[in-house]
Amino acid sequence: MFITTLFIIWEAISKSGLFPQFLWPPLFWSSHGEATVFGTLVGGLISGQILEAALLTLSRLAVGFLIAIVLGLALGYLIARYRLFDDTLGFVVTALQSVPSIVWFPLAIVWFGLGETAILFIVTIGATWTMTVTSSTGFKNVPTLYLRVARTMGSKGFHLLRTVILPASVPHLISGMRVAWAFAWRALMAGELLGGSGGLGHLLEMGRALQSMDLVLSVMVIIGLVGTVMDAQVFLRVERSVMRRWGMTVRT
Amino acid sequence: MQVVLDGVHKQFRKEDGQVLQVLKGINLTVRAGEFLSLIGPSGCGKSTILNIIAGLEQPSEGSVRVNGKPINGPGIDRIVVFQEAGLFPWLSVLDNVTYGLLLKNMPRKKAEAKAMDVLRMVHLGRFANAYPHELSGGMKQRVAIARALVMDPDILLMDEPFAALDEQTRIVLHQELQEIWQQTKKTVIFITHNIREAVMLSERIILMGTRPGMVKQEFVVEAARPRDPSDSVLVHLEKRIMAGLEQEMEKVLKEEMGDDYRLQKGVVYHDPLYHLGSDI
Repeated sequence: MFITTLFIIWEAISKSGLFPQFLWPPLFWSSHGEATVFGTLVGGLISGQILEAALLTLSRLAVGFLIAIVLGLALGYLIARYRLFDDTLGFVVTALQSVPSIVWFPLAIVWFGLGETAILFIVTIGATWTMTVTSSTGFKNVPTLYLRVARTMGSKGFHLLRTVILPASVPHLISGMRVAWAFAWRALMAGELLGGSGGLGHLLEMGRALQSMDLVLSVMVIIGLVGTVMDAQVFLRVERSVMRRWGMTVRT
Repeated sequence: MQVVLDGVHKQFRKEDGQVLQVLKGINLTVRAGEFLSLIGPSGCGKSTILNIIAGLEQPSEGSVRVNGKPINGPGIDRIVVFQEAGLFPWLSVLDNVTYGLLLKNMPRKKAEAKAMDVLRMVHLGRFANAYPHELSGGMKQRVAIARALVMDPDILLMDEPFAALDEQTRIVLHQELQEIWQQTKKTVIFITHNIREAVMLSERIILMGTRPGMVKQEFVVEAARPRDPSDSVLVHLEKRIMAGLEQEMEKVLKEEMGDDYRLQKGVVYHDPLYHLGSDI
């Protein structure tokens, strides 16, 4: 209902002639044969232009995010387990976490050239530090009771890590992933916008260059959709069911 | 003698460098198949004794031998049931119980069959596929006991296992624990601060003194099983233990609240003249 109202307001402004149509394109109804956002979106999906870009973007995200998770878990474990790493690396990671990942882009361009690797690099950087911090918190907060129970049963070393420490920190890890994902997603968009080698961000840049706001807006719709679906449908759901099973109170 | 503690001392160094003596010169022997309770005021180091026997903590001085061998870390001949059940929430009840068996490299089929037997013993056969968050406190503690029993340890170490449960559940679990102990004849070292619980379950009760923790008195419970809380032997014994415990509690309270504190009834000072004339 609220969304519908927003749509109506948008359409009204577009039709009012307050702004040129190419700056403020209509959502659904075209009056003088100009492109509509909805039309471009559907057309783009059918022709594969938007779909292709979205798939490229998502595959980059998946790779970068996966690397970040593995790195984050490994670093987080070192920090949680060894005092030395906590005092040294822990501090650096906290500092790095507060640096927006797009800041790394100039460096990445020089190191890897403008392209795929540079974009992957900043996506990974964007998610790694958050993942490191949350996973080290998760590992540090494994209840002593679980560890004692497992140790009296004879578990130790890697078995203890795999069967107790990792699963016991899952609630922290999931929340960490959710935040890390959000960072990675933002970093990726910024990277693609500047990196110019395909993907949704590049499509945005193209829309700007062609003065075609209908394309820009329809890409924004897709970006928003992917973000919402991942956050609300995937992460929030997993987080809730994990919280319930792990016996924590569910936030409503 | 299955468990022998010989001159065990334990001290911690606090942050401010002060040394805190937790246990002092503990000599204790436990027979195979005995049900022994350790009772004492909080802070008397009874849990520390249990953790030392479990191999989770090391004594500062003295030796601990189990079946004649000095202990070296945790071992599956000594399994602990803690006050909190400590079930792994990511595993089903059955997987929780088989956890230790699979660690011993027992084939899964065999482990599950064995786990089911023990779960039936604690009357939880129907809940094998449930997850811990679906169980009540008493049921969780039953699973914890099953998880310990399934390992078939020589010694069952129980650290106030029923302290967090409500009275009815506790009574039922006392009954079950008695039956299990009679069936399996395990050595049980049971920690509690509940005198009734100690008298109902044990063959021998060690009353511990506090600050530093030491063995103060020993009581042998000579009552028929299954035990009846109204048995005059038990009632009398309860009183004797209470008397001993009160002295220790007073010591703790005095330390915490100052020298003028007295636990005996009727010692809170009322000035008889305070209200004089206030009704006029």
